[in-house]
Amino acid sequence: MCLGIPGRIVAESGDDPVLRMGTVDFDGVRRPVCLAYTQDAQIGDYVIVHVGFAITLVDEAEAAKTLAVLRAIPDALATELGPEAVA
Amino acid sequence: MKYLDEYRDPVLARRLLAELRTVATSPWAIMEVCGGQTHTLVRQGIDELLPAGIRMIHGPGCPVCVTPLETIDKAVAIAARPDVVFTSYGDMLRVPGTSGDLLGVKARGGDVRVVYTPLDAVRIARENPERQVVFFAVGFETTAPANAMAVLHAAETGLRNFSVLVSHVLVPPAMTAILDAPDNQVQAFLAAGHVCAVMGWTEYEPIAARYRVPIVITGFEPLDLLEGIVLAVRQLETGRATVENQYVRAVRRAGNTAAQDVVRRVFRVTERTWRGIGPIPASGLALTAEFAGFDAESRFATDGVRTAEHPDCIAGRILRGTAVPTDCAAYGTRCTPRTPLGAPMVSAEGTCAAFHHAGRRQSTVEAAR
Repeated sequence: MCLGIPGRIVAESGDDPVLRMGTVDFDGVRRPVCLAYTQDAQIGDYVIVHVGFAITLVDEAEAAKTLAVLRAIPDALATELGPEAVA
Repeated sequence: MKYLDEYRDPVLARRLLAELRTVATSPWAIMEVCGGQTHTLVRQGIDELLPAGIRMIHGPGCPVCVTPLETIDKAVAIAARPDVVFTSYGDMLRVPGTSGDLLGVKARGGDVRVVYTPLDAVRIARENPERQVVFFAVGFETTAPANAMAVLHAAETGLRNFSVLVSHVLVPPAMTAILDAPDNQVQAFLAAGHVCAVMGWTEYEPIAARYRVPIVITGFEPLDLLEGIVLAVRQLETGRATVENQYVRAVRRAGNTAAQDVVRRVFRVTERTWRGIGPIPASGLALTAEFAGFDAESRFATDGVRTAEHPDCIAGRILRGTAVPTDCAAYGTRCTPRTPLGAPMVSAEGTCAAFHHAGRRQSTVEAAR
């Protein structure tokens, strides 16, 4: 139960102002998700979902920055480990 | 899938491992707190690829594992009542109680239903006004906002046939308890990214300062974990002990304040017994006075539950990080995910189940050391 999964908001069903609900796409699987705790989230945004609730917005700029940092680690260091180091 | 695949890139993982080899000059023991992180580390074999001196200690962050036996027994007793529909996250159904589990209740005709979200339990209560619907509200800070919202929603819509059996736990007091233990070996923590997404990280700052222990808020994908380990080792090597955020894309310092507000309204902090570890002060959540009417324990008398753990199970030592599953004589033989003796063999987040799913045997673990 405790694994959070990122997904993209594809629809909102705005009939209940307290329990804001939406539909989140998890790589093709769509589920109703409560958006009450991510009021700023818009359609198209990525959120992390735990037990049917979006608990946080994924910051796309920060995600890109993290990947850029990781990709900037010099590859020369890796050559000594060989290509099979990670399955 | 976006935000998953790119953090599983094997080329970048190799670079991070190489970087770790250059950063690590001394042996260090790092605990990943969360069972989700344990699952990734063991399934991908990351713990076996680390430089020789870097040891990962698997933490107690598996809600299925630490829910006290007494609460499991109460759940089994309540679920067996003919007037009750018992709803639960699926991974609680196989957790062994003193005499059987929730799946056994279901097999004997009890109305036990798996829900994916507590709002489903509320819906079942609304659709079955003649039945008592009980939801098993367990988990860490990640599920507390959802479970709190279910109670709040039930209260606001006047649902009288809904109640919750609460056994919520909190991460920071468990980290403190681990650090206070006389046989503690943990020198740095990878904090659970999603717990911090909800709670932020201000409550970790006094722990890092008081115990001089680096705490790196870390995500759940292989690259997240490797980067978290690199950041922790870099702090250890340079004598720093601060809270650092690896999981920047999902965690902000203040956390999710809207979720915190609802949790604080519905729940209060209380002492909680952790299965295998024992009572830890201020380490759990219970319903506040305003919502005490939704407490399943007072609605259904559960006195007289007598608990006893299986004598062969070493779950307590595994949850405290002083033993690994392959140290256990019952591991993989009398105790498997299909026939668990203890809770850590049940959930994918449990250390024993993670080891078992990855095919770990005594020999492979020893060879990796």
